[in-house]
Amino acid sequence: MAAYTIYMITELGHFALILAFGVAIVQMVVPMIGAYRRLPGWMAVAEPAAGAQFALTALSFGALMWAFITSDFSLRLVVANSHSAKPLLYKISGTWGNHEGSMLLWVLIVTLFGALAAWFGGGLPPTLRARVLSVQSAIAVAFFAFILFTSNPFLRLATPPFDGQDLNPLLQDPGLAFHPPFLYLGYVGLSMSFSFAVAALIEGRIDAAWGRWVRPWTLAAWIFLTIGIALGSWWAYYELGWGGFWFWDPVENASFMPWLLAAALLHSAIVVEKRESLKSWTILLAILAFGFSLIGTFIVRSGLLTSVHAFANDPERGVFILMIMALFMGGALVLFALRAGAMEAKGVFGVVSRESALVVNNLLLAVACFVVFVGTMWPLLAEMFFDRKLSVGPPFFNAAFTPFMVALGLVMPIGSVMPWKRARIGAALWPLRYVFVLALAVAGLAFAMQSGRSMLGPMGLFLGAWLIMGTGVELALRTGRGSNRLQRLRRLPRADWGKATAHAGLGVTIAGVAGLTAWSVDDIRVAQLNEPFNVGSYTLTLTGVEDVRGPNYLSTMGQVTLAQDGREIAQLKPEKRFYPVAQMPTTEAAIDYNLLRDVYVVIGDKQNNGGWAVRTYIKPLTNWIWIGCAMMALGGLLSLTDRRFRVAAGNRDKAQAVVPAE
Amino acid sequence: MKRLVLILLLLATPLMAVEPDEVLSDPALEARARDVSKGLRCLVCRNESIDESNASLARDLRLLLRERLVAGDSDQQAIDFIVARYGEYVLLKPDTRGANWLLWAAGPLMLLMAGGVGLAYLRGREKAGSDGEPPLSDEEQARLRDILRQ
Repeated sequence: MAAYTIYMITELGHFALILAFGVAIVQMVVPMIGAYRRLPGWMAVAEPAAGAQFALTALSFGALMWAFITSDFSLRLVVANSHSAKPLLYKISGTWGNHEGSMLLWVLIVTLFGALAAWFGGGLPPTLRARVLSVQSAIAVAFFAFILFTSNPFLRLATPPFDGQDLNPLLQDPGLAFHPPFLYLGYVGLSMSFSFAVAALIEGRIDAAWGRWVRPWTLAAWIFLTIGIALGSWWAYYELGWGGFWFWDPVENASFMPWLLAAALLHSAIVVEKRESLKSWTILLAILAFGFSLIGTFIVRSGLLTSVHAFANDPERGVFILMIMALFMGGALVLFALRAGAMEAKGVFGVVSRESALVVNNLLLAVACFVVFVGTMWPLLAEMFFDRKLSVGPPFFNAAFTPFMVALGLVMPIGSVMPWKRARIGAALWPLRYVFVLALAVAGLAFAMQSGRSMLGPMGLFLGAWLIMGTGVELALRTGRGSNRLQRLRRLPRADWGKATAHAGLGVTIAGVAGLTAWSVDDIRVAQLNEPFNVGSYTLTLTGVEDVRGPNYLSTMGQVTLAQDGREIAQLKPEKRFYPVAQMPTTEAAIDYNLLRDVYVVIGDKQNNGGWAVRTYIKPLTNWIWIGCAMMALGGLLSLTDRRFRVAAGNRDKAQAVVPAE
Repeated sequence: MKRLVLILLLLATPLMAVEPDEVLSDPALEARARDVSKGLRCLVCRNESIDESNASLARDLRLLLRERLVAGDSDQQAIDFIVARYGEYVLLKPDTRGANWLLWAAGPLMLLMAGGVGLAYLRGREKAGSDGEPPLSDEEQARLRDILRQ
């Protein structure tokens, strides 16, 4: 009997999913009508419905996770993506390491954000809140339908096999276990900005308060996207075995485009909040940012653009997502076209001002996103319209995308110190003069130390130094003059600290990317046992190679001694693994991490005439890339916890008073 | 069983991208080969260059490229040689022929257009201050901020 109940859990999960679908339909329809007819009772349906929807979806997701943890091989999905010998962590992460489960995670997060908006949205005007929750639920309805009709994770097998086919071994990694949830929190978090935009368009009113409400959601989504992308990039760096961190793969681009637009949206929402301008542009950005999330889902799920990430290539599913995308984007954009004209800007400002600096920021980010979009879609377009089968790879993106980031980095510190409304270029540049000279000196030093190579490294270091020190100047300016400056610095709003941290973080990342790209050294050779060889200023010795058995793999593990100036620095253990169930080999590079450089060692095949193939890389400043990303995420977090959001979220009565009476 | 697995292990595809036996003895030539192969796509892989790929076809292409370079081809000649055999699909950096100019010009053109619209908008905002109703004074703005902050 007990065993019977346990097997029922899957059925309960399935049932909960169908129920959640029903609740979502109610939440989509009833509050919308309620808001239109001003019926408080109908509008009030949204809040409990959002909570119930989330609880049911969580139950359903929990049931699927339970099936993975207990290796319930009567489920088709578990058979295809799990194995009884797999470590627990990867049994859990296997829940979302496949198409059906990842879509369930997607919709779980949609409902999570809906529920959060219901719980913390007490300060919103009732009609706006009802509409936001209704639009959010419409998104959930579309994805519930997608899951139930094309990608049901709860399908059973009539004759369960004894064991599963295992998860793709490349995905069995701690970095990657948490990469999808973060990425999805980001992708789907943008649905909240979308819902706010559409609800405001239906409402026909956008004011400073709207800018304040939409910003925390966008910030949260952007933070999660930042972490998700950084985790994915870090994983690619140590797992794929040649130490690259970004490949301009269609799926990476799919996550990068919403990130760029969310960054733009964050900044334009500030202008809406503080200056009541850029309203229609901000609304459009909110719609497009989520649109790119949907495009990303479409790209990954349809298999239209093939990639390592696409684990389910199925035209039927692709068409379904295309329909969802057309429906939401088309609907939102039509609504935008009808209503955008009514959103008149109020703030007045000069062509040179903080506002215009933020416009430039938006311009550069949006055009950069456009370049990535065109590059990603071009192979498809060229084949469809010009009958040319071609590739668009990293060299294109590096050439076409980088200039926009360079321009952005150059103007950022200047824009940050400009006052609102009206500024003078000269007055903004003057306090930055020392920083400019110092940054040039850093670049000059780098140029002198490298031997006649490209300008990429020095330029990157210049930008990094300019950004990092620029934020220092900005913080110093914020404290005014005279005594007590330290105290004032401590009392600066968290939003200011957040801005400084995030901007400096971008500088750190840029410096890291430049260092890695410009000064990376690699060495490929046959290493004989106990015969030292030199790479750069390091001496490496392969002292042994042994076969090791892991929980669900076999490993050939090398033992490499890393030394510099005759002193041993580290023992490295590069591995070559083989996963027998999936019949797949993977490399596990051994890396000696360091703030200034990574030494990255990969072991290859045994050679016929003795020795082992070994690749060694010296990768300068690599960790700065991810430290910078962490700083950007931390900056976002600081900004998110700024007092003005906490007050708005925590105190309903006061927040209510914020809504301007019309 | 363990033995079978070990046999499988040995049969598994090689994991290295560039193998030591491919490396040319002339370091300058090898550096050129590495550089060029970073721009050539491994045809059977997903978005990998032949420099990164472990596929045997990528290895063949790497060897072919090195043969051409050793034979005295310039980088461009070697690339043309491979493109003539495998099509432009092999190029990770598309050329600017035909409709491809659109791809390359997309960013700059968009920047120009968006920049124009942006500038017009900024001008409009500035002008709105000179005619039309007067903007709030600083004092009024401060009061407004206080009210909003409460």
